[in-house]
Amino acid sequence: MIELFRAPAFNFIGRRRWAYLLSALVIALGLASIIAKGGLRYGIDFSGGTLIQVRFASAVDIARIRAALDTIKLGESVIQEFGDPREFLLRLPLVELPAEEVNRRVQEALARDPALGQPEIRRVEFVGPQVGRDLQYQALYAVLWSMVGILVYVALRFDLKGGAAAIVAIVHDVLVCLTAMSLTNREMSLPVLAALLTIIGYSVNDTIVAYDRVRENRGKGVRRGEPFAAQINAAINQTLSRTVLTALTTFFATLVLFLFGGKVLEDLAFVLAVGVVTGTYSTIYIAGALIVDWTLWWEGRTSRAKKAVARV
Amino acid sequence: MRRRLWLRIGIVVAAVLASVWYLYPPTQTINLGLDLQGGIHLVLGVDVDKALATQVERTADSLRSDLERRGIAVRSFERRGATEVVVQFVAPAQWNDAQAVVRDYGIFETREPDQAAGRLVLALSPREATTLRDLAVRQGLETIRNRVDQFGVAEPSIQQQGDNRILVQLPGVQDPERAKALIGKTALLEFKLLDPRMDVETALASAPPPGSEILYQRRVDRQTKQEQRVPYLVQKRAVVTGRDLSTARVSIDQTTSEPYVSVEFNAAGTKAFGDVTESNVGRQLAIVLDGNIHSAPVIRERIPGGRAQITGGFTLEEATDLAIVLRAGALPAPVQVLEERTVGPSLGADSIRQGMIAILASTALVFVFMMVYYRLSGIVADVALGLNLLVLLAVMAGFRATLTLPGIAGIALTIGMAVDTNILIFERIREELRSGKTVRAAIDAGFVRAFRTVIDTHVTVLVSAIILYNFGTGPVRGFALSLGVGIMASLFTAVFFTRLLFDLLYMGGRRRESLSI
Repeated sequence: MIELFRAPAFNFIGRRRWAYLLSALVIALGLASIIAKGGLRYGIDFSGGTLIQVRFASAVDIARIRAALDTIKLGESVIQEFGDPREFLLRLPLVELPAEEVNRRVQEALARDPALGQPEIRRVEFVGPQVGRDLQYQALYAVLWSMVGILVYVALRFDLKGGAAAIVAIVHDVLVCLTAMSLTNREMSLPVLAALLTIIGYSVNDTIVAYDRVRENRGKGVRRGEPFAAQINAAINQTLSRTVLTALTTFFATLVLFLFGGKVLEDLAFVLAVGVVTGTYSTIYIAGALIVDWTLWWEGRTSRAKKAVARV
Repeated sequence: MRRRLWLRIGIVVAAVLASVWYLYPPTQTINLGLDLQGGIHLVLGVDVDKALATQVERTADSLRSDLERRGIAVRSFERRGATEVVVQFVAPAQWNDAQAVVRDYGIFETREPDQAAGRLVLALSPREATTLRDLAVRQGLETIRNRVDQFGVAEPSIQQQGDNRILVQLPGVQDPERAKALIGKTALLEFKLLDPRMDVETALASAPPPGSEILYQRRVDRQTKQEQRVPYLVQKRAVVTGRDLSTARVSIDQTTSEPYVSVEFNAAGTKAFGDVTESNVGRQLAIVLDGNIHSAPVIRERIPGGRAQITGGFTLEEATDLAIVLRAGALPAPVQVLEERTVGPSLGADSIRQGMIAILASTALVFVFMMVYYRLSGIVADVALGLNLLVLLAVMAGFRATLTLPGIAGIALTIGMAVDTNILIFERIREELRSGKTVRAAIDAGFVRAFRTVIDTHVTVLVSAIILYNFGTGPVRGFALSLGVGIMASLFTAVFFTRLLFDLLYMGGRRRESLSI
């Protein structure tokens, strides 16, 4: 029998302050990066605009494409190589012109430079201002509703404290994913949003497994006087191998997707992969640890209140 | 016990057979999304206010001529906003007669009546406005469907989205630019007489006389590609419009061998056209399409047969498309592209290839991992995973669901998540074994105790998938769908089916001392 951990007894909860520090540092780094870069980068799904994927017959210098696009003056366009030196993504901001017109002018501009050869237009996406705005709202609602759904489920299944701690862990995971995106200059797009929502549903899984174990252990009878922190720590250790193993298989799948799934799926796979890792970390260090601190704080308050009553 | 075993085997066999039946042959049963097979996804916004304005203008025109026919003089008749007309009568004394005429026009409500000044405001009634808005969107949708059908696209999808949007999906279209032009064109054909009262230069310099407007003919020089705009002063009122057509088709000019579109009018159109050409011999008649003049030939004689030709240096393709849109009719209101996603066929093919590689590689990786880590039990989980993929694809085929590129990502992710269920169960069984239970008791306890956790994890992922499905459009929906279906299928394969295999392996007559897990 291969075992990842044989009767693990790590002192996770005891070192929780270090974990808080680490999480705070990562998120602070992410916020700093997002602020320094002038906000998260939004893809055309949310910001509106035109995206054109072209493939040239042979490798092309990016400066030539930029020069060609500069001639039509459609504003600040972004040009990036897309998985192959012959293939590029051109991103144009929203302009007054209708979508067909923008597309036509870009094609004409590219055709005018003989060095660019005969480009093949492989993909055109245009998102108008109304649709972009609609999608922003819908995205926000989708994220909020997922969290509400999970809060309600965990609260019903365990207690409100557990639900709240699970939500904090989820917010932590989403923030870490956003940090990773900002550091690697990835754009917020619809597929990335899909990945974030999946992570919201997935990362709470391990948290539930750990909570469930605490309850089961209590059902068997906890040794009298065993502090709550020790109960949580024991539950996390007992479920550690399944937490890590389930994350591992899912991580394999996302890694393969990242490596072989093609450029279009790359961002989605990246966010999923980061989310799976941080989801596992947050189960151990955030969701479990927060509940301990919350309980300690609560017990402290009630015992102080009791003492106060006794003194009177 | 034995009978229940047979029943469970029966259920699994039935599920496998049903899956294969739904799935066979996969190239036809699996619906590929536009991002995989190439095609156009368009969201069009119908300019319903424009439709209202057109209707108000048209009705107001006929109201005005009705009033004048009954000798009620109107000093001014002005549009205010999109849906209101301010009417000023010459003689307030005719107020009551005027009211009688206005009452016949049910689509208007009278507002701000001022009998002393002989002035009133006609406003489109809100109920009428709602009906007209609906009609504009519905007619627009029908017209577009007609055009697409005549253009010849296999399995197009044209649906209303929200209040005033139309979603058009055309899979496998080779020439997206042409298809978009065909769909988005308003195609309002009008025949308008030139106004001889003033020459164009004067009208350009000052203002066109009442009832007339300046329209342009665009001429592109074939050699220089320079565009020229020639102005014409035409009467606003159209003599005949595209509504009066019975058919339109492409013909080739025998002498110049240039394609043109010949149109035939219906009975009413034929009469109107005949009358107008008879009484206006020697004048020019402009052929106007969507506000652009195509040509303005001189009327040489009465044209009785109800036929006309639209020439204008078309290519064969342009002429064909013009004939299609004229046959299908004009859009009741202009449309605007709000969102477009076009994928070329070569990119779709690349995406399918990469997606398949990703699915195969992640399956292989997970297979090997489970086999190495859990040995025989891992193989059981692998078989269950194979069944999961089969059921997932069969359900997608059964519901005629669409597989998109993110949907492929969803399948790859499902592969990672489906074995999670088995890992939860196996880890629990190991734990029960460590606590000293027998093989059979450990299996029993493992499945029972892990089941609650399995449900928990399924619910949370399913919540996300459902919200994502409701929120998402097109490709993202595909992701939510394959994730959701895959997760549900794993309840059957990773719990029910795995348990059956364990029972077959370990619940036989002999007592087992060890478990390969």
